[in-house]
Amino acid sequence: MWLQTVWFVLYVAVIAGYVILDGFDLGVGMLSVFVARDDREQRTLLNSIGPVWDGNEVWLVVAGGALFAAFPLVYAALFSGFYLAMMLVLLVLILRTIAIEFRSKREGRRWRRTWDWFFFASSSGITLLLGVALGNVIRGVALDAGGNMDVSLVDLLNPYSLALGVTAVAMLSLHGGIYLTLKVDGDLLRRVERLVPKLMVVFFVLMTGMVAWTAGLDDEVAGRFRDRAWTLAFPTLALASALGAWRLIRATRYLAAFGASAMMIGLLMATVAAGLYPVMLPSSIDVANDLTIHNASSAEPTLMVMFVFALIGLPFVLLYTAGVYYFFRGRVVLDDGSY
Amino acid sequence: MSAEVLHRIQFGLTISFHFIFPPMSLGLGLVLIIFGVQAVRTDDPKWRRLSMFWTRVYGLVFAMGIATGIVQEFQFGTNWAVYSRYVGNIFGSLLAAEGIFAFMLEGGFLGLMLAGGRRLGNRLWLFATTMVVAGATFSATWIIMANSWMQTPQGYELRDDGHGTQAFMSSFRDVVFTPSFGPRLWHTLVASWMVGTSLVLSVAAYYLLKRRHVQLATTMIRVTLPVFTVLAVLQVTVFGANMATEVATRQPAKLAAMEGVYRTQDCAPMTIVGWTNPAAQTTEGIQVPCLLSLLVGQSTSTTVQGLDDVPRDQWADVPVVFHVYHLMINAGMLFVLIGGVACVLWAWKRKLWEQRWMLRVLVASIVLTQIATLSGWWTAELGRQPWIVWQLLRTSDAFSPNVGVGQVGATVAMFAVLYTVVLGVFLFLLDRIIKAGPPDEPEPEEIDLLPDTWAEAFRHRSRASSGSR
Repeated sequence: MWLQTVWFVLYVAVIAGYVILDGFDLGVGMLSVFVARDDREQRTLLNSIGPVWDGNEVWLVVAGGALFAAFPLVYAALFSGFYLAMMLVLLVLILRTIAIEFRSKREGRRWRRTWDWFFFASSSGITLLLGVALGNVIRGVALDAGGNMDVSLVDLLNPYSLALGVTAVAMLSLHGGIYLTLKVDGDLLRRVERLVPKLMVVFFVLMTGMVAWTAGLDDEVAGRFRDRAWTLAFPTLALASALGAWRLIRATRYLAAFGASAMMIGLLMATVAAGLYPVMLPSSIDVANDLTIHNASSAEPTLMVMFVFALIGLPFVLLYTAGVYYFFRGRVVLDDGSY
Repeated sequence: MSAEVLHRIQFGLTISFHFIFPPMSLGLGLVLIIFGVQAVRTDDPKWRRLSMFWTRVYGLVFAMGIATGIVQEFQFGTNWAVYSRYVGNIFGSLLAAEGIFAFMLEGGFLGLMLAGGRRLGNRLWLFATTMVVAGATFSATWIIMANSWMQTPQGYELRDDGHGTQAFMSSFRDVVFTPSFGPRLWHTLVASWMVGTSLVLSVAAYYLLKRRHVQLATTMIRVTLPVFTVLAVLQVTVFGANMATEVATRQPAKLAAMEGVYRTQDCAPMTIVGWTNPAAQTTEGIQVPCLLSLLVGQSTSTTVQGLDDVPRDQWADVPVVFHVYHLMINAGMLFVLIGGVACVLWAWKRKLWEQRWMLRVLVASIVLTQIATLSGWWTAELGRQPWIVWQLLRTSDAFSPNVGVGQVGATVAMFAVLYTVVLGVFLFLLDRIIKAGPPDEPEPEEIDLLPDTWAEAFRHRSRASSGSR
């Protein structure tokens, strides 16, 4: 059914939207303790994401809803199978919200420093955990014939998935760093500008290693790329975007560099998706247990209704998201109502 | 403890905690729209001051709502995997629609709304606020729709395609407009508006008691007290009554548990205060003869179905449902009394501002409305038991079989600790915002400089520099 493929693509698009948008504010959180030297600079960082981080996080909610509706069997298997990991994600999501909201509501060095560390730790934690989860999905999980699995937290933390988590941390730190070059100025800007090329190098090395590891790890994934050679366009274009981002950073054309970074993230997500399609959740026990777009999706009436919803809703979402970003463009100016 | 009980405790804990916040933001949203309309109409800077103050509270409440709401969406999959497979086609699509149509709208415009006090003119600020409130209201609509489907399912067909029985959508229209959707939506929205207005009333009464910000506090009461009182009366006479009639028609076993009716009878009495004993099958207390029959069927001879027509293994926990339900309706009637007396004191020689006892009651009103909405939600959900989807799927068959009891126990403990801390910090910060009071009067010239049309907003030019006015 063509709708199943459409929903697979839409789902990947929503995930990519989440990683690109929430990605930079997570990145700001991960960089915060390294670049901010005083309270004023920390506030500048918080306010650089202040008007938009809530909206960015909504993409995660939409991703959850879309998975529930379009592929309920994947939603049920993944969320219940990764139970403790998912609960940890929820815990750090809540802690992060609280850290952002509560930090500036009170003076006091200790109060603020504490929340700064929460902001840093929760931003890193979310990125790492989601990276680890993606790593496990690529590797395959112990899915039984009933579509259930029980993966303990220790099993989730295998070397490959952890390495992917660390790569995600590097990628979003870079993305957040490039975003900050558009938002801050003064000494803080200079510090960020010095950091970004280093992050780029670290990320590039890690990513190259991950690509090699994945190709060696998984014959199925490599086989899919061989069978559908055109999908090699995704990793190729991702590499081109990364190189483009590097040149633009050297040329200090940061807005374009941010665009290139966003494109690179989107293309990397597309690469993962192309390597899995039509499988959504591979089983490490038996290929017959794989949850695919064909055996795990909702029926046609639901997918059709949802498709119409997406056609109506997404243009509006993109329009006003773009509008809000445009309105809040430019460097951060602190006032008494800021975070 | 069994896995089912632990899963239920966790879900009950997290959804009850979440449900503190959305009614507050829905209700505050209504008040903020009134303030915004007044600001546009009158150009009086006091409305902007009020909006700035309450927007600050809104931001705090909203952040709590989002953080606790994500937990809900994830928990269907983590804790109720069988349920998720069973209803994914239907329930899942309503949740996804909520995301696309409601959350995105809310999340997108929230930044503009929160910054609006310093960055936007009256009209654009009102627009941003209206978009956020529309998002919140859509959100409530889709969620109530999803919940109503669990209470009165229709528009589905059951089939097993190799992954256990699943409910597939046969008519989207029927799924959206289930019989209980309309009554439940209005009942919940009105309740939420009452929570929001009572929050404003309660803070205003506190200021009057402390003799601070007296001018602004009286304005707050002038705006919200009539709204609160009218809603309280309508809730008891129209929206709440509609909901009860709906339950009596579609879920008679639930109504029987709510009222402790064990024997099918006409001229059934309604208990005002009392207690019920399912072992002895008796309900005692202060009762009004035939009132329940009258409410259910507009006639004292209407037959009310009792629990004797329901197999014993399909009974809800009768005493719990009975008590939370009576807590809600008694609170509902108390609100009519509070609103009525306050309005009389206000109209009668303008004495409300000096009646310290009445002001104290108003300060307490936010706690009472919160108790009423929570106990209402508990009535709906506990009264649905033992079903997770009414008469289709039992709660005991719906949880994730692959999640160990120890894991659920650990996360229940985690959420209990986390939410206690979060609630403490939330109340602490709310208290600080209230004690800090409304911001200083903005200069009218400064407001005039803020962008108030799309062109001005996107050029970031003030009116002065673009030459108009």
